[in-house]
Amino acid sequence: MTVVVAALIVLLSILPMLRLIQEIFAPGGTLSTAAISAGLTNATTWVATGNTLVVGFFGTALAVILGTSVALLVTLTDVRGRSAFVLCYVMPLMIAPQVTALAWLQLFGPASPLLKMLGIAPPLGSRNPLYSPEGIILLLGVQYGPLVFLLVRAGLRKLPRELVEAARASGAGWFTVLRTIVLPLMTPSVVAAAALAFVSCVGNFGIPAFLGIPANYLVLPTLIYQRLAGGGPAVLGDAAFLSVLIGLIAMAGILAQEMMSRRRDYRISSTSLAAEPYELGKWRVPVQVVMWCLIVLILVLPLFGLLLSSLVPGYGIPLTAATATLDNYRFVLFEYGAARRAFLNSFALSLSAAAFAVLVAIPVAYLVAWSGKKWVKYLNLAVELPYALPGVVLAIASLLMFLKPIPFTGIQIYNTVWIILYAYLARFLVLALRPTISGYHQIDRALEEAARVAGASLFTRMRTIIFPLVAPAALAGGLLIFMTALSELTVSALLWSSGSETIGVLMFSFEQGGDSNYASAISAITVAITFVLMLLANLLAAHLPSGVLPWRD
Amino acid sequence: MAGLTINGVTKTFGDFDAVKDVSIDVRDGEFLAVLGPSGCGKTTLLRLVAGFENVTSGDIRIGREIVSTAQGCVPPEKRRVGIVFQNYALWPHMTVAENIGYSLKVAKVDAETRKRRVEDAMALVDLKGFGDRRPANLSGGQRQRVALARCLVAAPSLVLFDEPLANLDVHLRAAMEDEFAAFHKRTGTTIVYITHDQAEAMALADRIAVMDNGRLAQLAAPRDLYREPANEMVASFISEGIVLPAKVLIPAEGGHVKVDVLGQEVVVRCRPDEMRRAEAKICCRGPEISAAAPDEPGIDGTVRRAVYKGGVARIEFAPDADPSVVLHFEQPDPNPFEAGARARVRIASGWLIPGGASA
Repeated sequence: MTVVVAALIVLLSILPMLRLIQEIFAPGGTLSTAAISAGLTNATTWVATGNTLVVGFFGTALAVILGTSVALLVTLTDVRGRSAFVLCYVMPLMIAPQVTALAWLQLFGPASPLLKMLGIAPPLGSRNPLYSPEGIILLLGVQYGPLVFLLVRAGLRKLPRELVEAARASGAGWFTVLRTIVLPLMTPSVVAAAALAFVSCVGNFGIPAFLGIPANYLVLPTLIYQRLAGGGPAVLGDAAFLSVLIGLIAMAGILAQEMMSRRRDYRISSTSLAAEPYELGKWRVPVQVVMWCLIVLILVLPLFGLLLSSLVPGYGIPLTAATATLDNYRFVLFEYGAARRAFLNSFALSLSAAAFAVLVAIPVAYLVAWSGKKWVKYLNLAVELPYALPGVVLAIASLLMFLKPIPFTGIQIYNTVWIILYAYLARFLVLALRPTISGYHQIDRALEEAARVAGASLFTRMRTIIFPLVAPAALAGGLLIFMTALSELTVSALLWSSGSETIGVLMFSFEQGGDSNYASAISAITVAITFVLMLLANLLAAHLPSGVLPWRD
Repeated sequence: MAGLTINGVTKTFGDFDAVKDVSIDVRDGEFLAVLGPSGCGKTTLLRLVAGFENVTSGDIRIGREIVSTAQGCVPPEKRRVGIVFQNYALWPHMTVAENIGYSLKVAKVDAETRKRRVEDAMALVDLKGFGDRRPANLSGGQRQRVALARCLVAAPSLVLFDEPLANLDVHLRAAMEDEFAAFHKRTGTTIVYITHDQAEAMALADRIAVMDNGRLAQLAAPRDLYREPANEMVASFISEGIVLPAKVLIPAEGGHVKVDVLGQEVVVRCRPDEMRRAEAKICCRGPEISAAAPDEPGIDGTVRRAVYKGGVARIEFAPDADPSVVLHFEQPDPNPFEAGARARVRIASGWLIPGGASA
């Protein structure tokens, strides 16, 4: 089992990265610095790098401010309706970035049905204010604020109440406690969350693709996309250099986090109950109103805007009871052949990726959680890599690996749906692995040992004891993969070909072609599917380790 | 049914010896308790016997078959041993009957036979009619009995108990102790029973192996362990024995010897070959110490503490001759000793701890 698992991980995680590095230092098999110097001397490289850093930094800052404030309010005060709020606030994380982008564009653009209804729409032809770096930063903050929220909230929950109570007994008011005790102790969580948000921001493709390309404001992922779209496989070396550049920027973010958290010892020694919530008193209602306004602003309005645009018969036509139509839905679901293909492809891809990941996660997590061998740590790290690095990096690596037919077999998966499947398997495996590992940690190993002394072989134990016990966690992971992969764009935008379109690609091409209404209809459908899947996953919740379903409080 | 031979077994984790050169021969049908403080290596020993860990050196035989050597080991699933785990390790997703019948199912026993044997096993542990329940719906004692039934249904050659009573409350413990004793009597299985509870080990076992820091400190019947500890560790570990420095005055005669303890001359039990020596140690226990009149031979000192325990008081006494040692004993009511007061006590008897390091 160990050998099979290790071989699989090498194939999915390590080989593509090695291939990418080879392309940079030794394109075509001979050592050369040509690729690097060509990349370094190109001015667009530097402009895009600068832009990436700008939206990365400010997007992260916004996400950290939003996510941390919400986490503090939700965890430390007595606001009501917490679980409903958490569900709504975390929702944008479950929605694909390009759907978020599209929804906001529909809300603010000159053709916005909502603004038109209110009679405050800018004239047609005027520029959408979101087509700008500020727009990208705003949406990155909205998209990844929940990510920061989840990490900071997990940290706050581990804060022992004695530390807060001791400070209050010493005479400190609530804000003093927050400033001198809570926030300093939360530094590691906030820094870790910031690093994760930074990696996500610089690697994001959907938002800068929808908001930046029309304004000709390119970041590295969109630059790679444009180069490849224009030049094809010929510019792969170029793209490889750029993708390594993003990888380096992302890793720099993670390293900065390591250095920050090493500077001081923040370890909390005791474990205890969480602190009593702070009573907001007369401020409770106003705070709740502000929090729900935030939800309306970042979730309800954009989705509402999306829904409205999907009902509009054509660009710029105002939406009234008379003009509202389901034609957009009919077109994308039944009439347009490429759309039907995209739905089929995306469903098949997400389903296979999810099923595969669940099946692989169970033995891999077994090794990681229970084998106690040292090299397994690296195995785990290798599985994390394709997800931790921006999706563009993996996509380019997959292209490089499969541009030529697979050695010895002659099978060509470049330009087919299989290369997308490969990339999905590599990228999303970790989403099933993490919950499965925490599932294993909740099981007493003696349960397996009891089966062993009862005479059961490894395979029998896996089938009859281990699988039934970790299945809920692994399946929840599979569900997360299905949701993420269904409207995935970053990887498939670079790997698709005619016949292997995905839902994400379809949305993107509709939007680029000016058919926002069709794009909105598809987005609305995927959001609805996501909702249904979240509800389905909730049914599993009782059998899951806490934290597996991010939206469950 | 088979005996168990542990022969010079050492298990090393990194540079830490969890088990050091342990040899134990368990007879066929014997009930052996392995007793020791936590961290003494008793659980590692059990895992070595079960096959979850492999020996670093030495070998283990079950019956005539060699199951563990440093070169390799028979995996646990092929050893035909039964284990009753500390926390029962019942599979939560199976019913009681499925839990019990699991090993038969794995061994591909046909459904008819399986059903009969599961029912027999349930009857044996008084669980008739519980077959369709889930472990979650059982009490602690019932779970323990399911674990017992699960392990005996396969008729293992050897049953290992890993601190099976540690998680039960006091009342249930006594009842389960009786249950284990009855189980042993009925099945005649060889049993290795790991525990840190002396009373449990004394009550159940034919012989007790006391372990200390990975070594076997003594292997003996409960009574011998109590009366004739082989070394200081066992002497002080078993029933709070008091170890006192002593001088052997004359060579042994008829299993007794005269020693000088803290200024008092006492005749104590000993091995037949003891010679005169100055640096000896004796072990004596509470019941062998009592108050002494001023004109009797005895030991003068100060009462450190007197704690009333209902009917008796526990007295801690510091002798003048060596205030660093503490003699403790129980004094029935009425109690003449008061904390801080001067007093005189007398040691009636004891055991001369053998001089050699050998057990």
